[in-house]
Amino acid sequence: MRHDHPARWPWLALAGVGLAALPLAAAAAKRRGREADPDSAPGHTARRSSGEYRVVGRSVTIARPRAELYAFWREFPNLSQFMANLEKVEPAGSEPGHHTWHIRTIAGQVRAVDTRIAREVDGELIAWRSTGDSEVDTEGRVTFADAPGERGTRVSLIIAYKPAAGAVGDALANLARQSPELQARHDLKRFKMLMETGEIATAARTRAEHQRETEEAR
Amino acid sequence: MRALTWQGTKKVSVETVADPEIVNPRDAIIRVTATAICGSDLHLYDGVIPSMQAGDILGHEFMGEVVETGSDSTLTKGQRVVVPFTISCGGCFHCRITQFSACENSNPSEKQDMSEQLYGHPMAGIFGYSHMTGGFAGGQAEYVRVPFSDVGPIAVPDHLDDEQVLFLSDILPTGWMAADNAGIGPDDTVAVWGCGPVGLFAVQSALAMGAAQVIAIDHYPHRLELARQLGAETVNFHTSDVREALMEMSGGIGVDAVIDAVGMEAHGFAIDNMLDIAKQTIGIGADRASALKQAILAVRPGGRVSVPGVYGGMTDKFPLGALMEKGLQLRTGQTHVQRYMKDLLGMIEEGKLDTTFLISHRLPLEQAAEGYRQFRNAQDSWTKVVLKPGG
Ligand SMILES: [Zn+2]
Ligand SMILES: [Zn+2]
Repeated sequence: MRHDHPARWPWLALAGVGLAALPLAAAAAKRRGREADPDSAPGHTARRSSGEYRVVGRSVTIARPRAELYAFWREFPNLSQFMANLEKVEPAGSEPGHHTWHIRTIAGQVRAVDTRIAREVDGELIAWRSTGDSEVDTEGRVTFADAPGERGTRVSLIIAYKPAAGAVGDALANLARQSPELQARHDLKRFKMLMETGEIATAARTRAEHQRETEEAR
Repeated sequence: MRALTWQGTKKVSVETVADPEIVNPRDAIIRVTATAICGSDLHLYDGVIPSMQAGDILGHEFMGEVVETGSDSTLTKGQRVVVPFTISCGGCFHCRITQFSACENSNPSEKQDMSEQLYGHPMAGIFGYSHMTGGFAGGQAEYVRVPFSDVGPIAVPDHLDDEQVLFLSDILPTGWMAADNAGIGPDDTVAVWGCGPVGLFAVQSALAMGAAQVIAIDHYPHRLELARQLGAETVNFHTSDVREALMEMSGGIGVDAVIDAVGMEAHGFAIDNMLDIAKQTIGIGADRASALKQAILAVRPGGRVSVPGVYGGMTDKFPLGALMEKGLQLRTGQTHVQRYMKDLLGMIEEGKLDTTFLISHRLPLEQAAEGYRQFRNAQDSWTKVVLKPGG
């Protein structure tokens, strides 16, 4: 079974440069003698790509307690409330942490992506990755850290994916109408809105207009 | 319902559009009883603000009666409220430190990209002010959907009529914050560029804050007269050299604080305007910032520069050296309306502030297009236009 191979983090290894600031990647980087880099900038802000995988990342500060944000995210079906191109997430089988993500593509089709939780640290980190049975090769992780003072929680989302090639055809790069960078940024902003205000901002004047906009954003 | 819509540069018209509805739980629907045309609406009218779309409903200064509330609104039907022009959630980092106009959650995420690229950070949502600030329908209409109605709108007592409180929505707090940003002390001499509504309210606010001397600068005789009636001294820049006049009037020290209430549409203040106009025409968004440049040269070393005037792009030949070598402080920004509304309402109730002197024209909403034309072209006599829907 795939989750019996905890050391398998292919993109993190490949993306050693881009993810230098991540704990898991740091180990790989260290082996490659990069521990001398004193820079504090997060790896995903690096001005170069990370091998075969593309890495997008973004941080926001959310004025809510860390435990609350973690609990909301850990309930994966909640993600479709703010991830625009996600139709729904549902548990797959009886194994905990195993989900099927239904992701909308440009043509309006929905693709199923099977994911397993790769690592979790209560209240701090959730990482997931697509299983070998999926048509899409992707991994994601979200981390939660206390922000200074009364500022709440710093939430960082990092998604790595393999750009479209060969058999995968319309893999993640083409999945959404927006670029994955933009999509991740917008998704995280909507997460912040939902957590801080209980709703997601819209300029729609009527419910019908709102419905139309929501569909167009997908 | 009927609403004033933007149709293109210098083209606005009242059209019939769908009534707004409650979309989010914290929304309320307001039936507008009074709404004003703002100087900054003229930037939209003139087509110098990007991301406008034909059919956009304008207006960010409005008040009215609550007619519908979402499940999480704290307003009640029948309440009379004034609505701040900036939309603020009350719960984000910036709202919590009362920097409401920097709210992180009111501009829809997909609308934030443009200002984030231009300015490094996204702008908050604003009613009726282009898609860069959310594309929210404005208040020059019979009804408005008001998001976060539990945070922004302020209830007003029945004994104050609309015209006494309408300007709490923007220009009164904007003039007040301009004076606040100028850090005014009791012995100060303060110079205000521009005697439009914000400039006049800045004059009034500076005097209320105890400034010893306030000097108002403009070239419209009627507007200068209004400033004098408030207690200001005046300088007409068509007939006097402004910097020299200010030096003399401040006894050779220079003024302690300057307020640029003109913004990017500054005309007539200096020769480099022509160059700036040319650039604006070809669309690279160079702001004409002559009033600000002049203000920076006029203020004394160690003085304060406050900029309530609206700028959107870049400017060149900015006197950065004067700013640094004279050790100036510069403060600016869209108004944190919610921070000031309650206190200012109190001052209106106590009779310490009157804002109605500004209103020169009252029109039914149906004549809004005419109001824009006149407000744009006859600035001396058309100081402020109040529109009454259903009137
Ligand atoms: Zn205004
Ligand atoms: Zn906010």
